[in-house]
Amino acid sequence: MIKMQRKTVSDPGFDETVKNLTPEKITQTINYVLEKEAAARLKAYVETCIHCGLCNEACHFYVSYDRDPSYAPVAKVRQTIWDMMKKKGKVDAETLKMYARIGFTECNICRRCSMYCPFGIDIGYMMNLVRRICGLLKVAPLYLQDQGYSHMYTYTQSWVAQDDWVDTVQFVEEELRMDIKNARIPLDKEGAEIMYSPHSLEAKFKTNLLSNIAKIMSVARADWTMPSFDGWDSTNQAMHVGDNETMGMVERMHFNAGFRLKVKKIVTSECGHSFRAAVYDGSRSLGWKEPPITYIQPTQLFYEFVRDGRIKIANKLKEPVTVQDPCSIVRNRGLGGMLRSVVKAACEDFRDVKPRLEHNYCCTAGSGVINYGPPWKFIRMEGGRAKIEQLHATGAKIVIAPCHSCHKTIEELIAYYKLDMHVMFISELLVKTMEIPEDLQVLPPGKAEASP
Amino acid sequence: MYEFLTSIGVYNFLKGPMVWIAFIVFICGSVYRVISLIMLAKKDKVVYPYLSLKYAFRSFLHWLIPFGSRNMRLHPWMTFFAFIFHIGLLFTPVFLYPHIVLWHKAWGIRWGSLPENIADIMTLIVILCCIFFILRRIFASEVRFVTYASDYLIIAIAAAPFITGFLAFHQLVVPYRLMLMLHILLGEIMLMAIPFTRLSHMLSFWLTRAHTGSEFGVFRHSKDY
Repeated sequence: MIKMQRKTVSDPGFDETVKNLTPEKITQTINYVLEKEAAARLKAYVETCIHCGLCNEACHFYVSYDRDPSYAPVAKVRQTIWDMMKKKGKVDAETLKMYARIGFTECNICRRCSMYCPFGIDIGYMMNLVRRICGLLKVAPLYLQDQGYSHMYTYTQSWVAQDDWVDTVQFVEEELRMDIKNARIPLDKEGAEIMYSPHSLEAKFKTNLLSNIAKIMSVARADWTMPSFDGWDSTNQAMHVGDNETMGMVERMHFNAGFRLKVKKIVTSECGHSFRAAVYDGSRSLGWKEPPITYIQPTQLFYEFVRDGRIKIANKLKEPVTVQDPCSIVRNRGLGGMLRSVVKAACEDFRDVKPRLEHNYCCTAGSGVINYGPPWKFIRMEGGRAKIEQLHATGAKIVIAPCHSCHKTIEELIAYYKLDMHVMFISELLVKTMEIPEDLQVLPPGKAEASP
Repeated sequence: MYEFLTSIGVYNFLKGPMVWIAFIVFICGSVYRVISLIMLAKKDKVVYPYLSLKYAFRSFLHWLIPFGSRNMRLHPWMTFFAFIFHIGLLFTPVFLYPHIVLWHKAWGIRWGSLPENIADIMTLIVILCCIFFILRRIFASEVRFVTYASDYLIIAIAAAPFITGFLAFHQLVVPYRLMLMLHILLGEIMLMAIPFTRLSHMLSFWLTRAHTGSEFGVFRHSKDY
């Protein structure tokens, strides 16, 4: 018999929380989710699966761990959902911990396997159910739980209070004026065309990204705004921790912010999960077929800017460039073509990945895995081997990744595997290559005085 | 025992009422399974709003044409065996001359039949494919990891009518009459097992694929193949 062999990892989110559980509570929760919340899809998937194992090649964990059968998608279902159903939810705390480890740390819910299953079984959906069960029992990586609570208390992912946010915008605007003449970051502008909804990290310690966006908006002369009030943060870690109630609340706040400012569309940050949360999980849990307000990812916005000539590329990047197709925006929404179009416009030497578009490998950081903190970093580094080998094979020096999770984890993978590469957001690429119109240029101090 | 099994009474029962029972169980069971799943899907509020005939058919097409999806190209041998197996499994019983004769005798209907030697080869192919699937379950570690006794059972249920049919036709192993009885019985068991075992994937394939195909086409703007 094949054994499932895993390193021991100590995470209080798993080890301490299971101590509070009684067997009755576990059984009750499992049966509640499987019988009351899950409906036709679970039944159809479990009864249709013929255990053929053809989904295995789809999983980046399976490929990265030298085709270890216990990492195959169907194997994960076997060890979680089938096991719960067979035991009718009567499992002990140790087994629940194993479910949680599989559901949270060994699946990115990238949904590549549903494209490889002959029956189109959505294994990601079943892993989401595992997360839901464990999340309801509060058995989840501690760092992720923390971010879930942050959404409840501050409506942002990383405990950024509303006044900190406004303060940040003010200093970003001030600094931006060193690059763009009379730059403005308009807050609460009613009736604007675009509401930009940033990632809370852009307000916390990656303010350069917010500044990049403001720069691009200024150059494209976009009619844009951001809310000063709660609901400005587009992230949604509650979705990853299985807290569907908070997830719905957070999404409702984003949509409401857009309605309150009477904007035409909301543009999320260059982030995969917040886009997925808004258009997919969040909208659906609130009862919308599609988001109630036009909700786009910056990849699309930048594509439109470049296509319409609102952004002109002045100096194309010379280094070889490749792309990362983030699952949440490419497999989940087909934005791969737009991504390539922008990258090709701004770079001289574009080298596509293989497999590409919706067949692309996940970066191993998706669905919250990026946020699990130091105890779980190894899972991204080991599980991401397929990803980094794929990127390395292109021979590119720069990877364009329009997603925070992809961006951070690929940068870490590059360091871990000691490669000579570097990751960029599209916004970084555009800021580097775009032409700044004369009237927006800030002249050096000496020249400024000389001009009339 | 041998006398009883080969008696005319048992033969008449297996060839008469039992066929009715088998077909009624198969048809009613299948209809029930499909309808109950369709009804249940209403509770799952994210299934119906996204359904699209166009994308469902795009999905069917790519997964019913050999090598029409990337995964089939990644597993060429499995694709080859899976396709010839399913073709043999579905077409041989329907277009086998002796079977058509039975339909003609009972209901007076008939249709074109397969030449005897072709049907013989197709039967052998189905049996060989079953052996391939069993070996794959034993020796491919990723398949062994998710294999249960029920997986061998459904292969056995599918293979049994073909094995007994082949042996009866060539009059091998046990006397013809006994083998024929076994063949009829096992065929009826297979029919009745379809709605109630994971052989029902022949029914639910259309539903899960339609859902996933539509989901990818309508919402995700990407391909599911």
